[in-house]
Amino acid sequence: MARWQGQLVKVDDYRWKIPEDYKAGMRVPGLIYASKEMLESMREEQTLEQVANVASLPGIVGYSFAMPDIHWGYGFPIGGVAAMDVRDGVISPGGVGYDINCGVRLLSTNLNEPEVRPRIKELINELFANVPSGLGSEGKIKVGQKEMEQVMIEGARWAVKRGLGYEEDLDVTEENGCLAGADPRKISDRATKRGMPQAGTLGSGNHFLEIQVVKEIFDSRISSIMGITQVGQILVLIHTGSRGFGHQVCTDYLRVMERAVSRYGIKLPDRQLACAPVESPEGQDYLAAMACAANYAWANRQCIAHWVRESFSRVLGKSPEELGMKQIYDVAHNIAKIEEHAVDGRKSKVCVHRKGATRAFPAGHKDIPRRYKDVGQPVFLPGDMGRCSFVAVGTQEAMDETFGSTCHGAGRMLSRGAAKRLLKGSDVVRELENRGIIVKAGNIPSLAEEASQAYKDITAVMDVVHQAGISRKVAMAVPMGVIKG
Amino acid sequence: MMKRAFEIVDHTADVGIVAYGADVQELFSNAALGLFTLITEPGRIEQRLHLELEVSSEDREGLLVEWLNELIYLFDAQHILFSRFDIESLTQNKLRATCYGEGFDSTKHEVKTGVKAATYHMLRLDKNGDGYRAQIIFDI
Repeated sequence: MARWQGQLVKVDDYRWKIPEDYKAGMRVPGLIYASKEMLESMREEQTLEQVANVASLPGIVGYSFAMPDIHWGYGFPIGGVAAMDVRDGVISPGGVGYDINCGVRLLSTNLNEPEVRPRIKELINELFANVPSGLGSEGKIKVGQKEMEQVMIEGARWAVKRGLGYEEDLDVTEENGCLAGADPRKISDRATKRGMPQAGTLGSGNHFLEIQVVKEIFDSRISSIMGITQVGQILVLIHTGSRGFGHQVCTDYLRVMERAVSRYGIKLPDRQLACAPVESPEGQDYLAAMACAANYAWANRQCIAHWVRESFSRVLGKSPEELGMKQIYDVAHNIAKIEEHAVDGRKSKVCVHRKGATRAFPAGHKDIPRRYKDVGQPVFLPGDMGRCSFVAVGTQEAMDETFGSTCHGAGRMLSRGAAKRLLKGSDVVRELENRGIIVKAGNIPSLAEEASQAYKDITAVMDVVHQAGISRKVAMAVPMGVIKG
Repeated sequence: MMKRAFEIVDHTADVGIVAYGADVQELFSNAALGLFTLITEPGRIEQRLHLELEVSSEDREGLLVEWLNELIYLFDAQHILFSRFDIESLTQNKLRATCYGEGFDSTKHEVKTGVKAATYHMLRLDKNGDGYRAQIIFDI
C-alpha cells in the first residue's frame, strides 16, 4: 500500500491540519488529533486521504475530524467525525458504519480484586455459558416479528419491560437507550430476519465482555460520582452493537443512497461515501431505519448487562443489588445524530456522524443524565485485552471544537491476517493467563486477531485526547477476565 | 496453466479477496467461492440443496456486491452454506444463478470468520489479460 504523501500543517503538539487546498473538492480542512509519532503510522495507509474525501461532502461544517485511534475504514475512516448542516448537508450510512450503534456499557460493582481473583475462572465460565456469543450465536430470548418491532421502537426499555434490568439503567444510557424517530416500516424484511435470532447476543470479531480491575484514579471527585471509588474495584465492560440487523440496514441503505447520489447530482470521490441530503426522503428514511438499529443495539446491551448481573449473582451467591452492580453509562460509537451546535458563532442544527467516535458532552449539557450534570458525560475508551481501558468525561473544549466528540478506543494497527501470521491464538491465551488475564472465546485461532500487538497503545490515544482537551481522563482499569465472541 | 480462482488479501480492520475468471460468469462464481472460503472450509459443504437466486444492481461492480451480500444474507439469516454456483445469466445489471450447498451444521462446519457485508470500498472489476479480475473488501 502506498504511503500517504499529503501535506500536514502543525497546529500544536496534538493537532494537525490537512489544508482545504490539499485536494480539489474539499469544502473544509481536515483536523487530526494525534501525536507526531502517531502521524507516521497514519501515513502508512490511505486513512488521511479518507479524511480529505469526507471533507468534500455537501454541507460539511467546521472540519473533517480524525481522532487519534483513526484507521482505514470504508469511505469514512474509523475514528472520524463529520457534522453536516441539516439544511444543505448530507447523511451517509458509511459515516455511521455497518455496526450501527456499536457501543460500550460499563457496570460498577462493590467487589474488590482479592474477592474476585480466586473466582475469576468460575465467573468467566458462567458468563460464557450465560451470554450467547460467537459466530452464528443465537439469542436465548425468542423475538417474534411483532416483538422485533417493539425492540426497534423502544430500544433498551423493551428489555427492561421484560424484566431484564432496571429503570435506572435507562437514566444512564445515551438517549435513555431509545433514539427517537425509529420507524420499523423503513426496515427491510431481510434485516428483520437477520435481527430476530440474534437479539441478545454478543457476536464475534472485536466484541467482548470484560471483567476489569481499577488500577488508577486520576480524578477522584468525578470517579466517585460514577461509583468508581477505589483502586482494586471490579468493573464490567460490555462492547457490542446491532449484529446482523445493523449490517443489513447499512447494506440496504447504501443501495438506496447509490441511487440518491445520481438523483441529487452529488459528486463523490469514493463510492462507499454514498449519501443523500439529510432532508430528502432517502435521508429521512435512513435516519428512521438507523434509529431502529440503534435501538436494537441498546436493547442488546441491556439484555447482556442483565445476564452479566445474573452470572455474578449465581457465582457469588449474592443479589446484583448486594453486589452493587450499577450501570455507570452506555455510549454509542457508531451513530449519526441531529444535534444543535454553534457553527460560526450561530446555533445550527447539524447531523453529526460519529464513526468509531464517541459523544463527549460537557458538564451542564441538557442531554446528559442528571447524575453527571456537574462533571460531564462519561466516555469509555476500551483498549485491547492485554493492556487497559480508560474512563473519561466530555468537556467544553469538545463541544466547542469537535461537535462534542472524542475517540472510541485503541484502533487497529495490524490487519487481521498480519496478526494471525505473527501470532497463534493459543499462545495469546497462554501469555495472557501468565499475566493473570483469563480469556475464553468461541474461536481460539481468531483470538490472534485481537492480541495487543494488533492494536495501537490505548494509553497514547487517551493522552492525545486528554492533552488536546476534548475529554478528560478519570480512571484506568486493566482486564482480569475476557470473553471474546 | 490453470489460473487461481481467488486469493485472500489483507485490509487493516477487515479482509478481502481478489477473484479471477476467464469470463465474468466464472469471476462471479469464484468470488462467491472465495467468500465461503473466508467463512468456512468449502470442501466440507455438500450439495444437498439448491436455490435459484436473482440479483440486480445499477452496474456490474454493484452487481458483484449485491450478489455477495445476497449469499451473506442467506448464511446469516437462514444458515445456508454454498459451494457451487452456476451463473445462468449475467448482464450489466442483472444476474440469475443456481447455488448448491447445505444447511450449516456446527459439528461439521467450522466457522472461521463472521463475514457481515461485502463493501464498495476499493471495489474493482477489470479485464485482466484474457480474463477478468475483481477485488472485494468484506466487513467482518
